[in-house]
Amino acid sequence: MLKLGVPSKGRLMEQTFDWFAARGVRLSRNGSDREYAGAVEGAEGVSLVMLSAGEIPRELAAGRIQLGVTGTDLVREKLAGWRSDVVELAPMGFGHADLVLAVPACWRDCEDLDDLASIARDFRLSHGFRLRIATKYHRLVRAFLSAHEVADYQLVDSQGATEGTVLNHSAEAIADITSSGETLRANHLKVLSDGLIHASQATLLAGRAAAETPDLRAFADRLGIPRDLHAV
Amino acid sequence: MIPRTAKAAVGRRILDAFTAAGAAEVAPDVLLPSATLLDLYGEDIRARAYLTTDPVRGEVVLRPDFTVPVVQMHMAGGADPARYCYLGEVFRKQDHGDTRPAQPRDNEYLQAGFELFSRDRRADAEVFALFHGILAPYRLSATIGDMDLILDAVAGLPLSDARRAILAHHIWRPTRFARLLDRFSAPVAPRHFAVNDAPWTGLRGVPEMDARIERLESHRAEPTLPAIWHKRLQRLFAVAGPAPEALDELRVLADHMPAIAEATERLAARLRDLGALGVDPGTIHFDASHGRQTMEYYDGFTFSFTAPGRADWPPVASGGRYDALTAVLGQGAAIPAVGGIIRPGLLAELDRC
Repeated sequence: MLKLGVPSKGRLMEQTFDWFAARGVRLSRNGSDREYAGAVEGAEGVSLVMLSAGEIPRELAAGRIQLGVTGTDLVREKLAGWRSDVVELAPMGFGHADLVLAVPACWRDCEDLDDLASIARDFRLSHGFRLRIATKYHRLVRAFLSAHEVADYQLVDSQGATEGTVLNHSAEAIADITSSGETLRANHLKVLSDGLIHASQATLLAGRAAAETPDLRAFADRLGIPRDLHAV
Repeated sequence: MIPRTAKAAVGRRILDAFTAAGAAEVAPDVLLPSATLLDLYGEDIRARAYLTTDPVRGEVVLRPDFTVPVVQMHMAGGADPARYCYLGEVFRKQDHGDTRPAQPRDNEYLQAGFELFSRDRRADAEVFALFHGILAPYRLSATIGDMDLILDAVAGLPLSDARRAILAHHIWRPTRFARLLDRFSAPVAPRHFAVNDAPWTGLRGVPEMDARIERLESHRAEPTLPAIWHKRLQRLFAVAGPAPEALDELRVLADHMPAIAEATERLAARLRDLGALGVDPGTIHFDASHGRQTMEYYDGFTFSFTAPGRADWPPVASGGRYDALTAVLGQGAAIPAVGGIIRPGLLAELDRC
């Protein structure tokens, strides 16, 4: 039996159901919309589990589910060495969200990472501590800034309302998910020209251990996923 | 798997050699306050060290290395000169990126270390010769470098103080350094700082931005760095080979870069000191860029010992001079310091072969 983990609420759940329905597999919740179990019609040997999108990467890595739908940002953030644990079967074309680095729009002298690196050094010298970047995507942001050799900064944890941290003087810059950029603009922030850390979208994933099994291959065929994607 | 007890036995043997060389054994805490380490290493430390919280002490770090606590202890009231040694576990996260290697590196391992606080210019050779002697049976490859050469070369560039300081700050970040050097080697294109109607937000002040804009504008008036300096720096970074031959090359280069002449002669003296201590400089590899790949706090002589045929291993031993670190941690006081560590676990592994 293959267990398929799907986000348990909201637009992400509805769009996931639509995506499978378009491929002849009908997913549905059991009974009330408060129950976290579901049914699968149109495919043999697959059961549905409703989970928080943030937990799906970990459940896949642990092997408690064999298939899952979640954003690629969460996979990369939550699983160190994610390619060793999961396989991306198909990008699903919705749930687009960009993880971006943004600074106050009033910083006329800051357009890109080179400016930020230079400002961070000045800031540390004049304030005595490192320029703070608020985010909940610690690993992704750190890896990105390390790859671009930006130093003199520190991350501060922000699990919500991250755009407000600059206004509250608890951070100088932020790294967060945006789809339209409206919240950023409303909080007087701008994205650096080379500040795209990761472009995420909802993706169908398989646990690495399950990816090569005949059951999973058959299900992927049923969904019309090209074979060469099965074991990328 | 080599039992922990066997690794500890190798560690104690090294410790004995360190104490025989006049070092006092010290045992720093395993749980260290995070503030100093965070300020020194920045986000790197969060990626590499285990942070945890204590209800009373706040954020603490599982000891990622011994140098910082030993320096702090010494600065709080040590003798001059002083020699310290230690043996204990350090803890390092190993986050390898997208794919985990088949043989992940250890998250905790023993370090046996020796730190020498001394104003004697022969201290570099003393530490290296001590390590060289202890490691001799293992037939490792020894590489040395000298950050002084690079720091002095940058300090000697015909640029404004501001630009030299920026370059010096990024020496350990090679891509950013190269980009800055390219920028300083070409005329500065005029830049438009577009005015917008965004209200001022955040802690960074308007005067800070104005000061930076003014600095950027003033750069336009600066003469560009002649291309020849770019070439000379690249030649310096590329100097590598048996130490005596590298020294000859550096002396030739010093004719064109007088700023590195002093550091070159200090290297010459160091090689003579090594010879006097029974280490043949011809067997040591010199790499001018060696220190750029090591810890940022090394600001002079650097060294490492690697096991041939173990390309996937970290260095078996490494160390260097960290004078600036003692100034940062000494609240005004500073003392020249040089030291290094050996990984007994890797030696135990080699013992088995």
